[in-house]
Amino acid sequence: MKSAEARKKFLSDNGIWLVLIALVILVSILRPAFATMTNLQTLLTGESVKGVLAFGVCMAILSKGTDLSTGSVAGLSAVVSASLCQMEGGSKLLKMGTMPAICGILAGVLVGVIVGAANGCMVAYLHLHPFIATLGTQLICRALAKIYTNMPVSNLSSGFRFLGSGKIAGFFPMIILVFLIIFAAVWFMLTYTQFGKSVYAVGGNDQAARVAGINVEKTLVLVYIWCSFCAALGGVLLAGRAASADPANSGLNYELDAIAAATVGGTSQTGGICRPSGVLAGILIMGVINNGLVMLGVDDNMTNVIKGLIIIGSVAIDMRKNAVKK
Amino acid sequence: MAKEEYVLEMHGIKKYFPGVKALDGVELMVRPGTVHTLMGENGAGKSTLMKCLIGMQPVTEGQIIYKGQEVHFKSVQDSIHAGITMIQQELSPVLERTVADNLWLGREPKKNFLMCDNKKLYTDAEELFKKLNLDVDPYARMKDLTVAKQQMVEIAKAVSHNSSIVIMDEPTSALTDAEVEDLFKIIEDLKKQNVAIIYISHKMDEIFRISDDISVYRDGTYIGSDRAANLTNDKLIEMMVGRKVTNMFPKNPCPIGDVVLKVDDLSAGKAVQHVSFELHKGEILGFAGLVGAGRTETVETIFGMRTKTGGHIYKDGKELDVKCPKDAINAGIGLLTEDRRGNGILGLLGITENTTIVNWKNYGIPMNHKKMVEDTAKFNERMRTKTPTWDTKIMNLSGGNQQKVLLARWLLMAPDILIVDEPTRGIDVGAKSEIHQQLSELAAEGKGIIVISSEMPEVMGVADRIIVMHEGEMTGIVERDDFSQELLMAYATGGSVVEEFKKKQAQAAKEGQ
Repeated sequence: MKSAEARKKFLSDNGIWLVLIALVILVSILRPAFATMTNLQTLLTGESVKGVLAFGVCMAILSKGTDLSTGSVAGLSAVVSASLCQMEGGSKLLKMGTMPAICGILAGVLVGVIVGAANGCMVAYLHLHPFIATLGTQLICRALAKIYTNMPVSNLSSGFRFLGSGKIAGFFPMIILVFLIIFAAVWFMLTYTQFGKSVYAVGGNDQAARVAGINVEKTLVLVYIWCSFCAALGGVLLAGRAASADPANSGLNYELDAIAAATVGGTSQTGGICRPSGVLAGILIMGVINNGLVMLGVDDNMTNVIKGLIIIGSVAIDMRKNAVKK
Repeated sequence: MAKEEYVLEMHGIKKYFPGVKALDGVELMVRPGTVHTLMGENGAGKSTLMKCLIGMQPVTEGQIIYKGQEVHFKSVQDSIHAGITMIQQELSPVLERTVADNLWLGREPKKNFLMCDNKKLYTDAEELFKKLNLDVDPYARMKDLTVAKQQMVEIAKAVSHNSSIVIMDEPTSALTDAEVEDLFKIIEDLKKQNVAIIYISHKMDEIFRISDDISVYRDGTYIGSDRAANLTNDKLIEMMVGRKVTNMFPKNPCPIGDVVLKVDDLSAGKAVQHVSFELHKGEILGFAGLVGAGRTETVETIFGMRTKTGGHIYKDGKELDVKCPKDAINAGIGLLTEDRRGNGILGLLGITENTTIVNWKNYGIPMNHKKMVEDTAKFNERMRTKTPTWDTKIMNLSGGNQQKVLLARWLLMAPDILIVDEPTRGIDVGAKSEIHQQLSELAAEGKGIIVISSEMPEVMGVADRIIVMHEGEMTGIVERDDFSQELLMAYATGGSVVEEFKKKQAQAAKEGQ
């Protein structure tokens, strides 16, 4: 009986990985080209930016909030950072020399931290609903990006592009490494730091967390800063990968993909539940669907129908899982 | 018609919850056109009895005879239909809608099969209010009404159902004196219309003013009933608390030291008014009173969960500026809250996290999980928490074990002052005496302990001194030698004893100057 229980627990904790493996096997059988090293690299490279965003937004969802501004923050960060690292010659947005790559990257990330602090303060101190607060910053950031420049920013220095399109030792894409580092950071925070555990506590029962001496407001502000930091980093990666930043389209609708990946990965919208490994699996599942369905020749609209069904299905299973426990 | 002398008869009502006999053979006989008051301590079973009557909870055993016929209501809808309406202690109107909308909610007058007759909705409401002499605007939004007016709307609703019995559960707890007078006028009107009123209250003066009959309950059993005219204040208190106090509360006498906490003229809005007391090292200070007396609010103010509107708090002679629980914890104060599910446990987290949360900052980065589990095990074993593993989610434990984990949390934090609010509510007897034992040991270690409990025997068992509160004010301080349930109950219900107490305090203050 105990082993049956243990098996049940294993399934409920790791079911998401089994789904991923099943999907990979299924697509590989139908299209053997899927399982090649090159294609898997393409898949991971393609999902890295959204993955970084997902590892940001999963913290916001864990704290019983959400963040709709990540796509726009990525867009704003992309144009700001790219504009600082345009090469001499050609049309330049800023009438100044090419800055070192690190300056562009830091500027982009700084944009994220500022927006995140604003989001966090609105949620924690003004008690705005996170949905509304971040909907506001979503509109504002996208507009700011377009005000900053109405033209795509291109002709970027190779140093700046390295983060998004460079390769380590000639074969391992830098962008995947950044994605994995962000994953490791989230895993470390949630498992081994007081901040991470506080986020679980605040998301699960903010009243009880407060009584236990946790600074709920500070925790929330840090959560939204982390979320926007990830989004801004995603924007820098995006600009580096595409070798240009488009104020209108960079990161457009990425926030929804990020929320979807975190949700499929078992992050509960009611707060207090999130496993970093689950989010990783969720990101990969969305990647396999995106990549695999293209390889199978499924058209774009049908792909979205399937994605929608998977999001609904995974949340339905989660709701049942958590309802039974209550 | 002798047969219909009573509009309602409840005989031998038994209601068992798993492991608890909430009602054990309870009686109630209500005459039409009278006010019948139910009395008893918290947990005596009054509310449960009413819930059984209106079909909110099924009875385990017993007979309910309403208007000469045996009935078994399966839902609140059934009982309302039959003419029994309960006005709950906590009203839950739809605040954003108008009075008339609330009044006819779910039974709006219809123009045709599809459309509501909005005009009739309001004219009907106006008519009803006129009939009852109520001064309420049907167009007003519910949220703009005072609690008293909201209650009046509820009563009007009951009347509009043509109710023969209206149950009021502590209706005056949120009303001002003038509003209480209005309510009593309406009750008189209802009586004239031959409506019976079942009235639950703890306030002696109003009970004797409006009651025709009184029934008394204690620990889920029926003690007796009589015409109000035949009863006195003292007699009622004796009936309410008449059990012998058994010594299930082992108390180790220990030396009482210096003042560790001094509260001076503390106020927090209406809930806490001018509370002053001193807590010594090694002392267990009890707080007694009825529900809503302001005891929880007092300790929540000390702990920074409520905004202080006046007064000072000193610890070891130094004034504290507590703005949030974190400040209180840093000052060495711990609070085991009353609402275990609401602000106690973190249900989704494991026992380890729940035990160590206050001390998380002490485990470094990366956090030392091994040390966390060791501490968890050490203090939970001291509390004798029963759990399969230390990783088990706390929501999967029983209430008693959850409480032990929360107590282990505060033991681990090692505060100088530990406040426990209803520490044994809903906990079985074994766990109860273990918790009492722990409190006693902590006091022996020289900590100052405050215990709030609605169970008189519990506070009397563990405390060295008891402060009694009534409606946000301190009404008495009783030394251990003078403990008696009668005296505490007299202070808690705010009678003439309190006047004497206040005079004495005023005199002492004068002499002090």
